[in-house]
Amino acid sequence: MLKINDLKVNYGGIEAVKGISFEVPEKSIVTLIGANGAGKSTTLRTIAGLIKPAAGTVTFQDEVITGKGPQEIVSRGITLVPEGRKIFPDLTVLENLRIGAYLRKDDLTDDLNWVYDLFPRLKERHWQHGGTLSGGEQQMLAVGRALMSRPKLIMMDEPSLGLAPLVVRGIFDIIREINKQGVTILLIEQNANMALQTADIGYVMETGKITMTGPGKELLANEDVKAAYLGKK
Amino acid sequence: MEFLTANLPYILAGISVGGQYALIAIGYTMVYGILRLINFAHGDVFMVAGLVMVYLTTVFPMWLSIPMVLVITVLLGFAIERAAYKPLRNAPRMSIMISAIGVSYLLQNCALYFTGGLAKVYPQIPWISKTVTIGGATTKMVTLITPVIAIVLIVVLVIFIKKTKIGMAMRAVSKDFETSQLMGIKINAVISATFIIGSLLAAVGSMLYFSNYASVVPTSGAMPGLKCFVAAVFGGIGSIPGAVIGAFIIGICENLIKGVGWTTFSDAFTFALLIVILLVKPTGLFGEKATDKV
Repeated sequence: MLKINDLKVNYGGIEAVKGISFEVPEKSIVTLIGANGAGKSTTLRTIAGLIKPAAGTVTFQDEVITGKGPQEIVSRGITLVPEGRKIFPDLTVLENLRIGAYLRKDDLTDDLNWVYDLFPRLKERHWQHGGTLSGGEQQMLAVGRALMSRPKLIMMDEPSLGLAPLVVRGIFDIIREINKQGVTILLIEQNANMALQTADIGYVMETGKITMTGPGKELLANEDVKAAYLGKK
Repeated sequence: MEFLTANLPYILAGISVGGQYALIAIGYTMVYGILRLINFAHGDVFMVAGLVMVYLTTVFPMWLSIPMVLVITVLLGFAIERAAYKPLRNAPRMSIMISAIGVSYLLQNCALYFTGGLAKVYPQIPWISKTVTIGGATTKMVTLITPVIAIVLIVVLVIFIKKTKIGMAMRAVSKDFETSQLMGIKINAVISATFIIGSLLAAVGSMLYFSNYASVVPTSGAMPGLKCFVAAVFGGIGSIPGAVIGAFIIGICENLIKGVGWTTFSDAFTFALLIVILLVKPTGLFGEKATDKV
């Protein structure tokens, strides 16, 4: 569904992504894991159209979308749940969800109900300002907001960041649930354990390059991965 | 009560001037809210709206000139943003601020060229230039209708920002450019809309203001511009209700000071107020404290 071919991105004067290629098959969960500064976020931000790549191509559903603006990318069905959630604190929960569907002109009732079913907490708090929610609730809101655009592919940048372990488990359950309903997921994580357990395919990124790939469970058992990312020897 | 009757003309004038200031101050506060830019050219856009009215009425009838002034002012505000601010979107904030100062002087000097530096007599708009007597105080109709027009426009604006999709986008963009883009919002369209609203209100403000003061010179925009900027800071820059309340307080205080007989001190009061606010409550009356949740 999404194909990245030899993507190179310069960011802040350094070559953050040094020619990576990977693929996200339809209806799968794919994860990129790696340490801070490996170029994971830069990769997602480039796909989302926030950064222009220096070289390489991004192909989505057999169309080249390299270098297109974020509006164009969103309208084609790719959304990014940004790192740090970035919900709009002064907008109510309902407005945050509505703004996720900014480009849509049709009726939103079904989608709102869908999001409320996934996150009943958001329904209870639909009138509150986004900024008053807890960290976990904000992450739910960020995911819900992304779903409102009815994406074919959701990219999530560190959804577990700064959340309590129990909340993290809840978020990953939701990720699987969304995937079951037919949305393809590209996930980047530092929480390699959770990510690899959830993902069909995993890629390991180190300093701008992909160094390892394989099914999530296989990488989880790999000795090098264990040593580097899971803190086991 | 005695104070009230004695000072009624000044209070009326103050409310009226406050309404005019409010219409201009909204332009400052909205642009600041979105771009974190103090648009120094805004006062001069207001002056140009006055001059355009002077020139248009020599050719066209009044009923046609009024909408034309509104349209031309809006186009001017839009063009300024596209030409002088948009190319600097990713530049340091100071660059865009200096660009705004440049636009301000450019407009003033263009006005100087066209007018030859002479004061231009502002045309009388029928009905609103009429004299009326209220509670023993004689004043122009414009004094009475200014606050009404100002309040109506402000209420419409607040509803627009609270209820419409583009209003919601404005609130989102003012918080976070990048995430707004991820929602599919076109940042440039939202910023243009902000300048269009600000210029439209400034054009309405200029009609009311100059109907009261009767003449336009190239520097006519400078002083009201600065005072409205103070009003916006006083109310908490970025906040629309704040700017409106700040504008009314400044307008009324200024005129009461004139009433007491300290006319020459009335402008100084406004700027003394600015210094006091910046020292005591830099965020203004309704200013937002930056709260970040991680």
